[in-house]
Amino acid sequence: MNPTPPTPLTEAELHAFVDGQLTPERTREVEAALATRPDEAQRVAAYREQKRALRELFDPVLTEPIPARLLGAARPHAPWYARRWVAGIAIATTAALSGALGWGLHGALRPADRLAASGGLAQRAAIAHAVYTPEQRRPVEVDAAHEEQLVTWLSRRMGAPMKAPRLQTLGYALEGGRLLPGGSGPVAQFMYRDDAGRRLTLYVSDEPGEKTAFRFVREGTLNVFYWVDGRFGYAIAAEAERETLNRVSAEVYRQLAAK
Amino acid sequence: MTPEELLGWVPRLRRYARALAHNRADADDLVQDTLERAWAKSALWRGVTDARGWLFGVMHNLHVDGVRKPRLATQMLDDDTPEVGIAPTQGERLAVLDLQAALDQLPIEQRQVLLLVALEEMPYAEIAATLGIPIGTVMSRLSRGRERLRALMDGRPDPVRLKVVK
Repeated sequence: MNPTPPTPLTEAELHAFVDGQLTPERTREVEAALATRPDEAQRVAAYREQKRALRELFDPVLTEPIPARLLGAARPHAPWYARRWVAGIAIATTAALSGALGWGLHGALRPADRLAASGGLAQRAAIAHAVYTPEQRRPVEVDAAHEEQLVTWLSRRMGAPMKAPRLQTLGYALEGGRLLPGGSGPVAQFMYRDDAGRRLTLYVSDEPGEKTAFRFVREGTLNVFYWVDGRFGYAIAAEAERETLNRVSAEVYRQLAAK
Repeated sequence: MTPEELLGWVPRLRRYARALAHNRADADDLVQDTLERAWAKSALWRGVTDARGWLFGVMHNLHVDGVRKPRLATQMLDDDTPEVGIAPTQGERLAVLDLQAALDQLPIEQRQVLLLVALEEMPYAEIAATLGIPIGTVMSRLSRGRERLRALMDGRPDPVRLKVVK
């Protein structure tokens, strides 16, 4: 009926106009149409003001300092050994431990650089050794008096039969063991001690990384022997002479292979 | 997407979360959950072409889950004023706080669309993809949300508050 039909203007177009999501051509047409439609023009103005007010209300969040917990959550998730333990060790290094226990913690950990080059296995084993061997009261989760339980438990969690090698002939008695978090699953640590109370750890991980034959890494006073056999990586760490450790490693390898 | 990009999105995720949730602590909890979920799914990052849509979608899903779950109501008693990060006159401050209150009265579905449009200037098609709804639904929620917000703001007799709309 109307001689000059008004430009059809849909509800969706009205919003797209407010939000600048129309083509330039259609934008001009809607603009012209609004000149003769005060109600719609008023809604457009109100919606634009809503947007402006919302930005004004919430944009200040953009420049707020980001809380540390969010920064932490946004950063690459470092493997566990690179995080809390290392920080704890760094503190321990400056504290009484190294002095009181005659422990070369500083030397043992600094080397994370050099150890890192040797592959994650030796590094993780060295750090786990450094974390738990200074423990006086709880060096292990399950002690040697419950060796059967310990082995059953670790075997179940590791998904393969574990066994604690017998090292008495080499002067090391089993003290016990514990389960540790690895990069993507559990890791087993067996702890031994000699008559003088010096500790030795055997670290068993099923995420061994690259295959390797026997390797030896020395860092400060800490020596680490490690190798990969089948799906497991093994690392033996102690502040013992290399020759001693060498014998222990050979014996562990022999017993594990003999299963 | 890369870890650096993820970090770069944190301020914008926080802004959206702050507008969705009722207080700073809940909002940052939501962001933290989002970042952790994003890392848990980091194997998918290589295939993500639209990092913003992906991240906001992750947050959306978590928020929906969180909203559905009955939770203990927690309230920040003294956190509101500092959250308005501007130094307005008394009248403007009232108006700004009113906008927040009005926003909180919108159904969550409408608030999401309204905020993605207003804060992120997100194209409608991306909003549809992010929220997992048809674009027609985006438009109807936007339309209803804006109209409702306008009514809420207009419905107040205080002319100072009306100033926000006009």
